[in-house]
Amino acid sequence: MAEFWLQFLLTIDATLRVATPLILCAMAGIFSERSGIIDISLEGKMLMSAFAAASVAAVTGQPWLALLVAIGVSVFLSLIHGFACITHRGNQVVSGLAINILASGLTVTLGIAFFAQGGQTPFLKGDQRFSPITLPFADAIRDIPFLGPIYAEVISGHNIIVWIALLAVVVTSLVMMRTRFGLRLRAVGEKPEAVDTAGISVVLMRYQAVIIAGVLCGIAGAYLSIAHGAGFVREMTAGKGYIALAAMIFGNWRPLQALYACLMFGFLDAVAARVQGLELPLIGEVSSDLILALPYVLTVIFLAGFIGRATPPAAIGAPYVKER
Amino acid sequence: MTIKTQHNARGGTPPPAIALSGISKTFGAVRANDDIALTVTQGHIHGIVGENGAGKSTLVSILYGFYQADRGKIEINGAHADIKTTADAIKLGVGMVHQHFMLVPTFTVLENIILGHEHRKGGKTLDDEIALAREELSSLAQQYGLEVDFDALVADLSVGLQQRVEILKTLYRGAKILILDEPTGVLTPQETDQLFEILATLRQQGVTVLLITHKLREIMAITDDVSVMRGGKMVAHLVTKKTSPSELAELMVGRQVLINADFHEAEKGEVCLTVDNLTLTGDGGIPLLRGISFDLRAGEILGVAGVSGNGQSQLLEVLSGITPPTTGAIKIGGQVISPESTTTPNDVKNMGLAHVPEDRHAMGMVLPFSAAETSVLGYEDQPSLGSGFWFGPDQLERHCGELMQDYDIRPADPSLKCNLFSGGNQQKLVLAREMSAAPKILLVGQPTRGVDIGAIEFIYQRLIAMRDQGCAILLVSVELDEILTLSDRVMVMNNGASMGIVDKRDADAQSIGLMMAGVV
Repeated sequence: MAEFWLQFLLTIDATLRVATPLILCAMAGIFSERSGIIDISLEGKMLMSAFAAASVAAVTGQPWLALLVAIGVSVFLSLIHGFACITHRGNQVVSGLAINILASGLTVTLGIAFFAQGGQTPFLKGDQRFSPITLPFADAIRDIPFLGPIYAEVISGHNIIVWIALLAVVVTSLVMMRTRFGLRLRAVGEKPEAVDTAGISVVLMRYQAVIIAGVLCGIAGAYLSIAHGAGFVREMTAGKGYIALAAMIFGNWRPLQALYACLMFGFLDAVAARVQGLELPLIGEVSSDLILALPYVLTVIFLAGFIGRATPPAAIGAPYVKER
Repeated sequence: MTIKTQHNARGGTPPPAIALSGISKTFGAVRANDDIALTVTQGHIHGIVGENGAGKSTLVSILYGFYQADRGKIEINGAHADIKTTADAIKLGVGMVHQHFMLVPTFTVLENIILGHEHRKGGKTLDDEIALAREELSSLAQQYGLEVDFDALVADLSVGLQQRVEILKTLYRGAKILILDEPTGVLTPQETDQLFEILATLRQQGVTVLLITHKLREIMAITDDVSVMRGGKMVAHLVTKKTSPSELAELMVGRQVLINADFHEAEKGEVCLTVDNLTLTGDGGIPLLRGISFDLRAGEILGVAGVSGNGQSQLLEVLSGITPPTTGAIKIGGQVISPESTTTPNDVKNMGLAHVPEDRHAMGMVLPFSAAETSVLGYEDQPSLGSGFWFGPDQLERHCGELMQDYDIRPADPSLKCNLFSGGNQQKLVLAREMSAAPKILLVGQPTRGVDIGAIEFIYQRLIAMRDQGCAILLVSVELDEILTLSDRVMVMNNGASMGIVDKRDADAQSIGLMMAGVV
């Protein structure tokens, strides 16, 4: 029983680790999409910033500097997206897709040019990356039955970015619902004309939103390569940006609900890793692929309206043009 | 009134609330506003009338800083005003209630009202601000008779209440000049009455109101002064008490150069189209068509006159099968279209009805398509155009070439894209397509809108020729002279209802104008 409990807690612990980039990207998506800008480039921004973070960390050995550069790169991509979609009223999906393709190719090309390791960056050692933070008394409390492992395994031992991600949810939620900026941001995604006629610039609001999305994606990217991982591997985002998008939709564009969706998807991921090759009575060998496909299946079911109803911001995807 | 007396006591007349001079604005090739001058007296309700597309909305959008004029001067309360953005206009005390409301449906009334002005009361947090705003708003609401539940979601409010929120929003932002763009278009008659009460209260409190509408009844009912716009120009400034609906109607519709259409009496045939007590109800229960009945005979042109926006467009949509009627019936030959029947526009076409839509760009053609493709839109299944699955490009071009020759469409190049033709030639292309299908009944909407004089004469002759061949034609036009020139009988529409059908012999501009205004 104790062994099973420990295994369960370890799964929860892994859930948090896996969910962290999802959470950051989902919050990024919420900022962007609630302002009316579709952001499928979460994936590309995360990939580019993962590469940037790993490169800077490998060269300078400074994880904080690496994080800053990662954020800078991601914000730059956001500005490109904004320039195409806000200033020039381009198609938001096409622009996002272009960024994803660009990131996919450019990271490998630059990786080979910089480090000549087949698109990877050098392996990062100890203090070149964000290492796990062991909370006080973790070892002392570990042996207390039942509750001890919760503290020692689940709460303690995460790197700083995991905590940043959880904080981001709280901050996003407060900004959206409790501030003037949030009120305007939500209004711009629902009815930009109302904001424009109130004398506020729609363009400026949307740029602010995509920049915030860029910052959050940059942190997510840095997490993958210099906190969770120890270096950049080609295509290391592996669709996490899309899963975050699905989680955001599953959470109905609301921060807390999106957090739950990210945790659920993360949990499925963690479980899939643990049941690999496991034989269960009656069912036989468990297919981890099937479990990994669940987030997508659930999202499709959700979008089809079987569970609740997804209500995207009304003005999403539509460039703002003053009517004649 | 209060403002007036104050100024009089000091021995001077107040400067006008709004004084515009020389305002011009073009969009591409369209002169939406051409050298407009306008003076609005403080504390008056000033109406601007004109048909759709006359340039009213553009003018007030310039005043509200939504667009910038190419040329011209704006003065607010006697001082030169440089209005570059909406924020500038709001600062100068100009507020606007748009035709389509600028409200966020998922927000509460309070959130909508303070949006963009969340710092006005100086509350530390958003929640503080909302609490402070609530106090001021309750007193504003009481003062002007604008009661509404501040915590309700806007999406849950009726259209009339949403409009109240819009008015409250402008007052909260300090508006002393209130612009209302077509405020009654979406209101029920009761809500309209309530709005007018509110406007009267605002006037009493010294607020200047600029009311944009195309409904003459409303102008007569509530305004002090009225200005008339037509085709981007200001054509008259009048005192409401000294004018009449028929004078306004005539000014709005204008007089066109008389065109020789060679009209002659013709033999009428049997009834091909019977419309029986047709009604149509729009979103929110607004009546768009009210009990329209008429017969249309082979070999006659029935003209439908009216100021635009009085149900003519809806009549065309229902007759052509695009919108099903709410009640009533349409009989074409032996077949009946009723609310229960599932008739498609294609079915109606197969009954022998062709439709030249009012707006050729929106409904009549696909602008990026070639003339040849446009010339068969809706008639692609003709066997002469190809066999089975395949389309014959050669047949298509030949078909279009014949039409072009027949209808004198220039340049006579079937492969040219539609948007490269002039308005007149585009219209002829659409007419050619529909007429060449040899329909028993032809619906024609605004056949000469944006068409040059030469093409107008040609189109008139073609319509009369179609009639002489025994086609039954329903002609909808806002050009009264066009109706009087071409029609054997004239039906006048006002506010979705038929004001009566007049024979050509008895129809003159004066009497039709009165009917258009809803007086008779």
